[in-house]
Amino acid sequence: MAEPSSNATKPGPIRRFWNFLARPSAVFSLGLLTIGGFIVGIGFWGSFHWALEMTNTEKFCISCHEMKENVYAEYQGTAHQNNPSGVRATCPDCHVPKEWGPKIIRKIQASKELYGHFITGSIETPEKFRDERLYLASRVWRAMKATDSRECRNCHSFDFMDFTIQASRAGKAHQTAIDDGATCIDCHQGIAHDLPEGYLERYREIAAEFD
Amino acid sequence: MSKHVLTSTIAAVTLLALAGLAVAQSAGIPLQSLRGAGVDEQVAVQDNFRLDEKRFVRSYRQQPPLVPHSIDQYQIDLSANQCLGCHDWANAGNRGAPTLSMTHYLDRDNNQLDRVSGTRWFCNQCHVPQADAPELIGNTFQSSSER
Repeated sequence: MAEPSSNATKPGPIRRFWNFLARPSAVFSLGLLTIGGFIVGIGFWGSFHWALEMTNTEKFCISCHEMKENVYAEYQGTAHQNNPSGVRATCPDCHVPKEWGPKIIRKIQASKELYGHFITGSIETPEKFRDERLYLASRVWRAMKATDSRECRNCHSFDFMDFTIQASRAGKAHQTAIDDGATCIDCHQGIAHDLPEGYLERYREIAAEFD
Repeated sequence: MSKHVLTSTIAAVTLLALAGLAVAQSAGIPLQSLRGAGVDEQVAVQDNFRLDEKRFVRSYRQQPPLVPHSIDQYQIDLSANQCLGCHDWANAGNRGAPTLSMTHYLDRDNNQLDRVSGTRWFCNQCHVPQADAPELIGNTFQSSSER
């Protein structure tokens, strides 16, 4: 508005693009635009979903050396990777929400991880990763605590736990957890990854934020 | 209508009267339930010892107590010791776990510490999970309490 009038003769690029979008089609039929738009829409949604799922696999996660050489290496041999039944929980099962909304939010947050990988290299060496571990872990703990361990509960539910088949210590502890309104992460930190120094003190600080 | 309905009504009434008589008679007999107690009584649930046997007796007086549970997935290394999450003196009460012996809070110069001594950090150097398994090599060991 406050621009000099010399601009009025030739509108800016955004204005010109808007004019292009606003102009009715004079060449394509309405049928082509609606049906064609529908088909292109299916193609777009399909490829979008494909890309979303492609980036939601263990294979994709460990295509970065930071994940493969640290967290993925530690995960080997843990209960979620090696167990009697052979059922496995892979990276996205615990670290990406299943519901669409939270999943998209997590995916957008993950762009920061790309920034760390390609630009700053914040965890590019084992030493850097070790120094950052308490911070990284505390972020996951806070998310788990905030969502009542939502990703754990995609598979594990108190309602279907048979305490009589569990080890007696575990059965008792789980009953106490129900009575106290505790969530999975309150006891089960570091079940798939190594714990950093001072982990318990840090976790209690985080838990205190929710009291 | 008429005859058929009348017959069924008489049959139903007779059946009801018989059932009422049976109930009235059984009221005098004490209730025999499978749980062995009346419905208004609390029955203590037996402790569940599955997968977790009670603690073994020590084979000799100085033997470090055995661990009566699996420790496969517990991290004990330079940065963390997950055993302490339950067995450290500050946590043991809440978690219903035995506390470390107070000797484990003495450093090599016998100074009292508040946190477990570095010389005692690696629990499984002395404490191992118990197992009622045949010995790997035959031996004549006898517990000192049995001699």
